[in-house]
Amino acid sequence: MKERTDGPVRLSQVAQEGEDLLSGGHRLCAGCGAPVVVRQVLLAARRPLVVVGATGCLEVATCFYPYTAWRVPWIHVAFGNAAAVASGVEAAARHLRREVRVVVFAGDGATYDIGLGALSGMLERRHRVLYVCYDNEGYMNTGVQRSGSTPRGADTTTTPGGKEEPRKDLMDIVLAHGVPYAAQTTPAHFADLMRKVRRALQVDGPSFLSVFAPCPRGWRSEPELSMELCRLAVDTCYWPLYEVEEGRVQVNYRPRERRPLSDYLALQGRFRHLFQPEGEERLRELEREVERRWRELLSREKGGGAGGV
Amino acid sequence: MTVAGTRERGPAVREALAPPVAVTGNEAVAVAVRQARPGVIAAYPITPQTDIVQYLAHFCREGMLKAVFLPVESEHSALSAVIGAAAAGVRAVSATSSQGLLHMAELLPIASGMRLPVLLAVVNRALSAPLNIHCDHSDSLFVRDAGWLQLYCASVQEVYDTVLLSLRWAEDPRVRLPVMVCQDGFFLSHCAENLEVLPDEEVSSFLGDYRPEVSLLDSEHPASFGAMDLQDWYLEHRQEVSSAMRRAFGVYLEAAEEFFRLTGRYWPPVETYALDDARFGVVVMGTAAGTVRAAIERMRKRGLLVGLLRVRLYRPFPRELLAGFLEPLEGVAVLDRADTLSGFGGPLFLEVAASLYGARRHPRLGGFVYGLGGRELRPEEVERAVEEVRRGEVFSGRYLGLRGAARRYPGPGGR
Repeated sequence: MKERTDGPVRLSQVAQEGEDLLSGGHRLCAGCGAPVVVRQVLLAARRPLVVVGATGCLEVATCFYPYTAWRVPWIHVAFGNAAAVASGVEAAARHLRREVRVVVFAGDGATYDIGLGALSGMLERRHRVLYVCYDNEGYMNTGVQRSGSTPRGADTTTTPGGKEEPRKDLMDIVLAHGVPYAAQTTPAHFADLMRKVRRALQVDGPSFLSVFAPCPRGWRSEPELSMELCRLAVDTCYWPLYEVEEGRVQVNYRPRERRPLSDYLALQGRFRHLFQPEGEERLRELEREVERRWRELLSREKGGGAGGV
Repeated sequence: MTVAGTRERGPAVREALAPPVAVTGNEAVAVAVRQARPGVIAAYPITPQTDIVQYLAHFCREGMLKAVFLPVESEHSALSAVIGAAAAGVRAVSATSSQGLLHMAELLPIASGMRLPVLLAVVNRALSAPLNIHCDHSDSLFVRDAGWLQLYCASVQEVYDTVLLSLRWAEDPRVRLPVMVCQDGFFLSHCAENLEVLPDEEVSSFLGDYRPEVSLLDSEHPASFGAMDLQDWYLEHRQEVSSAMRRAFGVYLEAAEEFFRLTGRYWPPVETYALDDARFGVVVMGTAAGTVRAAIERMRKRGLLVGLLRVRLYRPFPRELLAGFLEPLEGVAVLDRADTLSGFGGPLFLEVAASLYGARRHPRLGGFVYGLGGRELRPEEVERAVEEVRRGEVFSGRYLGLRGAARRYPGPGGR
């Protein structure tokens, strides 16, 4: 396969050259964001690759003995340790002097919560690993429980009536480790996603991608609207596309016509209660939070960096 | 040849090739691991394992060992990294104690279920609470059913030899199970004894290179490790682990025989002392065997014929071998440095009792718990235990060496 750079990505070219390294026939739900994220990451990445997975939807649905959807070497060990397993794989490859790219796919539960210590250790030790968090804002595999990524106001089975607390800002936690490259994107913005994957794999050290991954089952949204939800999340500034390289913040997309947050929320059953009269105040709270974060991001870009918090 | 920093780093780092040299149990592990040439070492510090980690970090730094040393952020990550490295196709090693081993517990059955023959050097230490850094076997016996091979050592030479022997055993294609080499915290880990070290090249030819059946780094033949496996095949896969554990006993005998040919030292699954003509036996694991020997000599002077059986191999448990030795006896005192807290005695006692169930003759059994949290075992206590078994006074769960009821501070009326 030809050497790829981190230049602009043309879908037609990628589609012709690339191999689909995640086969069809896996058991993920219709409309799930995770396999779309995986396909795009694998299309953009150069082989040889080793993929490390954390326990979760993607893992249980793609490697169900005696079947596997993975056409690249793949390992899953447990829930809270994908970054540590990746550290060991990368160390072994270094010992054997093998040029292999190690890519982790883990959900938000495995990343924000149970595996945060392992992720922190991997970043701090500077392993050359690309860690991709596919973020569907909750423990979906176990039946839609809240995670550290669940946004304020979202109804889950463990936050009936809506979560009280704001979400954790994982990008800031990652950036506080001084990683060479971290970026946020969505699978609907495939050119952006694939360019970021290539950039992430070029840096010498750990890199991190925070990727939005709609979950129709958990969000109570229509499966065919998943990519639309990605676009709305970006156009409402709920999920900005940005990257931070060596501490320099770059916002990759500013909506020309910003959509109101309610356009994004209204398509999801988990936010339905926010549109009742008694949900009014909480909707405003969430809007204020999204606005504050967006302003902060823009000011960091203007300020010429301060990649950390 | 001198190595920078050797003076303050102790005898193991000085060219440990002119036999014998005095080293501690921890140093013996480090020396053996260096010779085994692992590709990845991942560990997290915990007393009393710490100097194993320090020595290995030093060996890697000085180029005496060409391995990647990962000073990870927890024991959970240490074993996770070791599993990842072994799946990628290198020999991989960690070391831990006590709470650290329990922090690894989630990964233990995963390592055995994935059939990755990694080495874990366990320096036995009590479990909290109360917090205690000293020796007992509660940590490794707590995880005795994780599908790991387990050996318990009683001398520094045995620690060194067992690390090498056990790697060959664990990596044998008929076994492919992870292994814990256990040594008594402080009693062995921090006490120096003479050690004969093999030349590096002899260790290399004894162990050979690590040859994984499948490797994650083989991109030409991409394999998936760690599948989901429900009602249709899970049972068969777990049974394979069970079969490997059963096969492991015979393979151990072969590996021990090979090691004997190389070194002249034979390490049997169980070691006996004065058992041939004995009427009573004492079963024990680890360094307490030395105290038991002293007690046996005293008892024999009084005319009481007592023998020792020290269990080295705990997983797989050498059931038939042990029953063969114990069957002819009138009574057996089993001394456990751990308690199952089942109201039924220590783990070694339960295994011994189960091993004897199918025997032709059934010696009277007594189960005793001793030495928790590093408490010394005294020969008088061993004698008392044998005496109680002889008189048929005890079945199981008696604690040896208690000082009396634990006092409360402040005591009644105290401040």
